[in-house]
Amino acid sequence: MFQVRIHGRGGQGVVTGAEMLSIAAFLEGRHAQAFPSFGSERTGAPVVAFCRIADKEIRLREPVMEPDALIIQDATLLHQIDVFAGLSADGYVVLNTNHSFEDLGLGDLAKRIRPERLVAVSATDLSLKHVGRNAPNVPLLGAFAAVSGLISLDSVVAAIRDKFSGKVADGNIAAATEAYNIAKAAMEAAHA
Amino acid sequence: MGHQDVKFYQTGTFTVGNRLLPPEQRSVQSEIERTNSLNCGHRACQGCGEALGARYAIDAAMRATNNQLVAVNATGCLEVFSTPYPETSWQIPWIHSLFGNAAAVATGVAAAAKVRARKAGQQLPEVRVIAQGGDGGTTDIGFGCLSGMFERNDDVLYICYDNQAYMNTGVQRSSATPPAARTATTMPVGEHPGNDWGQGKNVPLIAMAHGIPYVATASVSDLRDLEYKVKKAMSMRGARYIHIFVPCPLGWGSASHDTIKLARLAKETGLFPVFEAEYGEVTNVSKIRQKQPVEAYLRLQRRFAHLFGKKPQVELIARFQAMADQNIHKFGLLGNDKAVVGFPDSEHK
Amino acid sequence: MLKQCEGSHAVAEAVALSRPEVICAYPISPQTHIVEGLGEMVKAGDIKNCEYINVESEFAAMSVAIGSSAAGARTYTATASQGLLFMVEAVYNASGLGLPIVMTVANRAIGAPINIWNDHSDSMSQRDCGWIQIFAETNQEAADLHIQAFKLAEELSLPVMVCMDGFILTHAYERVDIPTQEQVDKFLPPYSPRQVLDPAAPVSIGAMVGPEAFSEVRYLAHAKQMQALELIPKIASEFQEIFGRDSGGLVRPYMLEDAETVVIALGSVLGTIKDTIDEMRADGISIGVLGINSFRPFPVSAIRRALSHAKRIVVLEKSLAVGIGGIVATDVRMALDGLDKRIYTVVAGLGGRNITRSSLHRVFRMAMHDQLEALHFLDLEWSIVNKELDRERTTRRSGPIAENILRDLGQTKSNVG
Repeated sequence: MFQVRIHGRGGQGVVTGAEMLSIAAFLEGRHAQAFPSFGSERTGAPVVAFCRIADKEIRLREPVMEPDALIIQDATLLHQIDVFAGLSADGYVVLNTNHSFEDLGLGDLAKRIRPERLVAVSATDLSLKHVGRNAPNVPLLGAFAAVSGLISLDSVVAAIRDKFSGKVADGNIAAATEAYNIAKAAMEAAHA
Repeated sequence: MGHQDVKFYQTGTFTVGNRLLPPEQRSVQSEIERTNSLNCGHRACQGCGEALGARYAIDAAMRATNNQLVAVNATGCLEVFSTPYPETSWQIPWIHSLFGNAAAVATGVAAAAKVRARKAGQQLPEVRVIAQGGDGGTTDIGFGCLSGMFERNDDVLYICYDNQAYMNTGVQRSSATPPAARTATTMPVGEHPGNDWGQGKNVPLIAMAHGIPYVATASVSDLRDLEYKVKKAMSMRGARYIHIFVPCPLGWGSASHDTIKLARLAKETGLFPVFEAEYGEVTNVSKIRQKQPVEAYLRLQRRFAHLFGKKPQVELIARFQAMADQNIHKFGLLGNDKAVVGFPDSEHK
Repeated sequence: MLKQCEGSHAVAEAVALSRPEVICAYPISPQTHIVEGLGEMVKAGDIKNCEYINVESEFAAMSVAIGSSAAGARTYTATASQGLLFMVEAVYNASGLGLPIVMTVANRAIGAPINIWNDHSDSMSQRDCGWIQIFAETNQEAADLHIQAFKLAEELSLPVMVCMDGFILTHAYERVDIPTQEQVDKFLPPYSPRQVLDPAAPVSIGAMVGPEAFSEVRYLAHAKQMQALELIPKIASEFQEIFGRDSGGLVRPYMLEDAETVVIALGSVLGTIKDTIDEMRADGISIGVLGINSFRPFPVSAIRRALSHAKRIVVLEKSLAVGIGGIVATDVRMALDGLDKRIYTVVAGLGGRNITRSSLHRVFRMAMHDQLEALHFLDLEWSIVNKELDRERTTRRSGPIAENILRDLGQTKSNVG
């Protein structure tokens, strides 16, 4: 079973991101479970959502405490809560930022995590460019697909079409695809 | 039967001389074919205004709907005296659920009727719904459901039988209890005996403020007018409200034979304005025929006896008079005066 | 058709397939998505011949449901927590009148202190209200149980509450097989009421009954629930024939045959318990779990049969009978009357407290060694409790408890989950 935890703020599509990830996995014939850390709906408040992916029925209902992957939609959370709690050394981190990990004071983390599993993408910029609003959740899924190889970009695109339609879907697909390519290139650079 | 002023009265009572009218103008109740919806044998007290009002109202509604009527009843006197186990006085489909939910239950019945009609390919349901309750079930505990039903404009006629207190539980104060009145929870003791002086809750006006198609007040002192209003209400769709003044000999400490007289005095003093309103606007008022002083009304009731003891409460009686006079002004109850209350709605002009 | 969707959405689709005729909607978390989904389907014309009514309170929701059901319409509503409590008078009335309304309860805690998260306090507070109460373990089962609920309700002329864990199920995306309309139509016939408000055959519904017959009327309500003990498994097997899925029934055993220690629980926590039991079984521990699907009627015989070999029982419940302890546990004791078995009550998951495998491991092992107290509160933070108890001992005006505790915690901790 592969477990993903997504951190972000209310309004950034954290819950939708987890749901789309579960849809993408479902479309690949896998079992998936997505759920939010429940709370009142407030824009800007820290939000956590989870996604589990497995090859058999997922019965477990506890929150993801030892994630295999982290998707961090908002870098301002880094020094507010322990977003890295429970992450193992061979886990994945996908971070929305246009700074380096060192700039963000994450030098230690960068040393601990395998470099090809750590990727920073300017998801906010990509979503502003393609969708016209700050919705980093979808491009981060594209980046996650590239880094983890757990789901294909095609499935992410299909999941986007399941949730959105028309121009919004097209914009999100463009953003996810660009993020996918950026992450892919970064991974290859890390390998080299 | 349309609305018309009838010029014949029985001597000294103003009661309509039904027998003097041509047959087509006579009341529903005077006909042999009346449905007796609330049949004899029920357990109401002698002189019960509510039993009289309900009988006239429901029979008129039955006539108006070609007997396609369902009644929903709030808990209260009417419910208790009409269905003593294992008997029922109701000759129509009737449901009692709770004290505070008659309007909502009626909404449900109306919704089901709508679905049935649509399935049968009819545009409008044939089956119509009346909800009914006392003042406690209407102006107090059932008020939320009532307002909700009005706001959604559900196809329900709600009838409130107002006897101005919780009679079924032993005469306790409701928001329809008049000031100074003695009830079991507003006893005539202390410096300010009886019910506190306040505004009360004018549910007919509140109903009008919802902008619903039809609101009317009526009284058991004018049963032809009551029948006319029920019939008119049933000719319309959407939320409708009729507030009927029904004296209670037990709760008011009045003689059983004075029920009609008291109802008439309430109207003739101006204490209970009788009017109709459509879409928030007053369209018709029953004028006072012969204005009476409030004292004439109050003196017949033991619930006001403390106003007339060895030291008459002249000030309070004057306040009652002022209240009546204000009603007369607000609703234009005298001569050619016009009503000055209401919530005009340009959409329905 | 297999679908990856939110639990609320799956339930809304199942209700829609059941051809409801009147739906009453009032918002309260966490059931809101269900009625929102249904509202959209009615407006879009996807549910034909259905009145969708936005009422002004839960009390009105159940009251409208009473009216429409009595007038012969298949009726549905959903609620949770404070909403269920706000409609209680009408909840009792609906069952007393014998009206086959189906209602989802998206289980949530009851305040004060106000808490929007999951536990079973709400529906447990209504365990004696005369409604049938069935619990869903997964979103698939939640969807299936709604279709079964209409059939069960209408055959018995009794209302049915389908209980599903708020948020944990209602807001979870998972795989659900949504049946076809043909399947549902084959399973669920049109509503044919036992009593109906019909001008062609007038009846009085809801007349007063005095001491001379009230006990008999109440006994009949009980007798009907006893009939449900036969009917629930029958309907589940009919369901399986048409839909090919094992959903519902009275109880659900897992790894029970030889288990010395048996856990009893309701709802979605059964999944986490099963995973824990798999891990413990791998360590050679003799443990199993019995899920209770039907809480009312309480399947006394089925539970007694299922537990005949067990040495000890751990009832893990998301509810608390303040002043005594367990609610489910008390009923389980009744089912095991006269049998020599240790019964432990573990109160867990109150107000959304996560129930984790690690905590379950710990508490099950304690039980296994008979080191558990009779009433145990899972993961209770004693330091917080003792600090407040101490404050109350020493200070007369000790202040509001909830605020004190939040201050002790040093603002709300932003912890994961």
